[in-house]
Amino acid sequence: MPQEAQKEKSMILQKEMINGLFDELEKAKETGKKVCYTFVPGNLSELIRTFDMLPVYPEINALQSAMRKKSGAYIKEAEKNAHSEDVCTYVKCDVGMMLKGNIGPTGQKIPEPDILLLSYTGCFTFMKWFETLKREYPNAEVIMLHTPYQENGEIRPEMTEYMVKQLREEAIPKMEKISGVKFDEEKLKKHLKLAKEAQDWITKIFETTKHRPSPIDAYFAGVYYIGPINIGFRGTQEAVDYYKELYSEIQERIDLGLGPITPEGEMKEEKYRLVVEGPPNWTSFREFWKIFYDMGAVIVASSYTKVGGVYDMGWRHDPERPLESLAEYCMNCYTNLNIPQRIDLLSKCIQDYHADGYVTNSIKSCNSFSAGQLGMMREIEDRLEIPVGFIESDLVDPRYFSYSNIKNRLESFFQMLEQRKIITATEEVV
Amino acid sequence: MSKYYLGIDLGSTTSKAVIINEKDEIIGRGITNTRANYKVAADIAREEAEYDARFSLLTQQLKNEIAEYPEFMKYMADIRSVFQYRQFERRMDLLKKTLRETVDGFAYDNKDEIADRLNDILNIIGPQIRHEFLEEDLGSRNQFFRDIINERYNQEVEKVDRKYFEPLMLAFDKSITPVENQMLQFNFKELVDESMRVLEVKYQGLADMQEDKEDWYFSELNAVKNNFKSLESSLRGHIDQIAGEEIHIVNMVGTGYGRALLPFPEDCIKSEILCHAFGAHAVFPNTRTVLDIGGQDTKAIQVDSHGLVTSFHMNDRCAAGCGRYLGYIADEFGISINELGPEAMEADKETDICSTCTVFAGAEVRELLNNGEKRPNILAGLHKAIVQRSMSLIARSGGVRNEFTFTGGVARNQAVLKYVTEMVKDSYGDVTMNIHTDSIFMGALGGAMFARRNIKVDLPAKAKAIN
Repeated sequence: MPQEAQKEKSMILQKEMINGLFDELEKAKETGKKVCYTFVPGNLSELIRTFDMLPVYPEINALQSAMRKKSGAYIKEAEKNAHSEDVCTYVKCDVGMMLKGNIGPTGQKIPEPDILLLSYTGCFTFMKWFETLKREYPNAEVIMLHTPYQENGEIRPEMTEYMVKQLREEAIPKMEKISGVKFDEEKLKKHLKLAKEAQDWITKIFETTKHRPSPIDAYFAGVYYIGPINIGFRGTQEAVDYYKELYSEIQERIDLGLGPITPEGEMKEEKYRLVVEGPPNWTSFREFWKIFYDMGAVIVASSYTKVGGVYDMGWRHDPERPLESLAEYCMNCYTNLNIPQRIDLLSKCIQDYHADGYVTNSIKSCNSFSAGQLGMMREIEDRLEIPVGFIESDLVDPRYFSYSNIKNRLESFFQMLEQRKIITATEEVV
Repeated sequence: MSKYYLGIDLGSTTSKAVIINEKDEIIGRGITNTRANYKVAADIAREEAEYDARFSLLTQQLKNEIAEYPEFMKYMADIRSVFQYRQFERRMDLLKKTLRETVDGFAYDNKDEIADRLNDILNIIGPQIRHEFLEEDLGSRNQFFRDIINERYNQEVEKVDRKYFEPLMLAFDKSITPVENQMLQFNFKELVDESMRVLEVKYQGLADMQEDKEDWYFSELNAVKNNFKSLESSLRGHIDQIAGEEIHIVNMVGTGYGRALLPFPEDCIKSEILCHAFGAHAVFPNTRTVLDIGGQDTKAIQVDSHGLVTSFHMNDRCAAGCGRYLGYIADEFGISINELGPEAMEADKETDICSTCTVFAGAEVRELLNNGEKRPNILAGLHKAIVQRSMSLIARSGGVRNEFTFTGGVARNQAVLKYVTEMVKDSYGDVTMNIHTDSIFMGALGGAMFARRNIKVDLPAKAKAIN
């Protein structure tokens, strides 16, 4: 029988933070706070805070709708309004939610945007998405930064200069105008200092998977852990407190030798350690997770938890170079890395966290993630001689999650790992 | 007592069973079409495999006799044919009874006339099939009960007055599935005894009908005829022994599309990807890439030197290009699935088929026929289209590494084979390509081999598996 989900203090903290944000959003019109719609990759959370604005993340709303089984109806609504079947389902879910009154995941109304801030242009869909929103909300100011792709696997000084120029000349003046708040660099520096602290903590948290058993699942639970840092709390004391608390809870699990917590209680036996590439499916998130924990599989690292920022290689916000580090942050999100960089990063994860296998969840909706996935998988397979698995699903369209197909492939994959273990063990004995 | 291991592969179209001995040698194969009832399909395939195993054991035991008297071989084959016919006949009797009951339950005013037509048809096809089993070795062609009857029944229904067409087809559709889903119990020894009695009559009546047959054929038959009594008596003892021997299945493993429905313990259920790869690797130990085209999925599998899967790719969201596609196309053309390949081989060019969807391809085919396109050319185009889809899966899984082994039911289709050979060579150069006559049994073979190893590596699961 499924146990009641175990509630840790950090979970309660996170819930309070999110509820607080939605309460503030609901009252934005009364309090006069300005609302800034933006996306997770390359989000300028600290800058938004500097202008006392409230962030809204449409893709987070979409995934929340999916987890609450509402995305199907929203997508249908968007399709009725001429969005084709092939359009990204995050977009359609958001558009559908808007058409149905813009009631957010907490049941509260989400206010209209004062600013549409696009700070990551690696995803072409993001641009089209905000074009659609601009038509719906003609009064909203649009800020669109062009973020250079790390084509050569590095951020060169002229790329940073180019981004800083856009921040200085485009983003900041428009934000001042809309919020009525004058840009205060010292305030930004303070937020950046707190952001750096949160980044240090979350890096430590994701490094705990080096333990056996791993005390956390870095994908299925990881998506909850990255919540505060990605949805507007990075740069606040609250986020730092949350991550400190979370880290101490995880530390306690390590001391007790406990495995990760699942929706059905603690995972008893760690049989396989995996690295997962690609976002999860949100419409059947629990079922998807269950296939893994039922087989004793724990995810020790995932690329998806790096969509908001890649901290593994040591990059942090730097209060001493405020605009430069915002610029670098935008260019340093996972999907802005070139393919060889992603391969190196994933290989490092596989080696550092002693993974037994590598799984790709290829998403129908998401070009940013899906492009190059097969090549990456093959390169990793060849380089590390590790078993690899490939499954396909979607972000928030329930029609594209085929439970039996996915289960069949994952079962084969796990049996593949098992067989390999037996043979390796036999060879060792011989 | 000898130990044997069973692998059952419940595919979406056919169910296969393989029995191996302790040397991984196949001693029994069984195959049947997969019905709504997986349990029956699995039992029938398994029983077939057990009979086949007994015949294999018999042949092994008679190795010396056969070397000395080649006519033993002919006599054994004859027993096998009659044996298969007797099995068929039992089910046929059941079908006749069910058909008559179905017609009797009809509300048509002219149901007596329908019953008369039905009897006429049964009286024609019954002896026809008997002849084909006993004289033309129908049993060795791996055709299923439903297909054998269906083909001949339809032919006869076409000949009667159109007003009986619908009720007669309805009667068949209503009766065939329950008959197929019924498990019939046979006793090996009894059936063999019956078969030997039938053969006795056959050989005695063989006298003066030699003029229209080739000499070699009759020299073989005459050898059996002349030695019949001595053959029979020397065989009898062996048959009694083999019939009485228990085929002791120590462990079994189920795989395939319907594996979750098998009443096996969890650790005796294995993924078909692993089983196909393991089976293919056992037969061709240098295999590095396996292509398996089954009823509703195509798998491109990469294996290492142990036969362990390193990665695999399967079709997702769409089953166009799998075995069922061929079945659908055969229906569109009104021919049997076995005729597809040979007809496609007669093509002088391949017509381009653009549709990636099976159903749309059906519409495209009709359009092409209307435009006067030749049937073999269209069929060739369809076969090529299937193989192209498989090639893209192979590419996704990492390409073809030396050696390449092709498994699954579709590997028996000559036209598919031709295009696979061409395209693999075209994309990956001169790699060794393996296709075995047992290609359809590779999954079941892999399963049986896992069953044997499960015991050997002494997994904690061992105790459970034996129970």
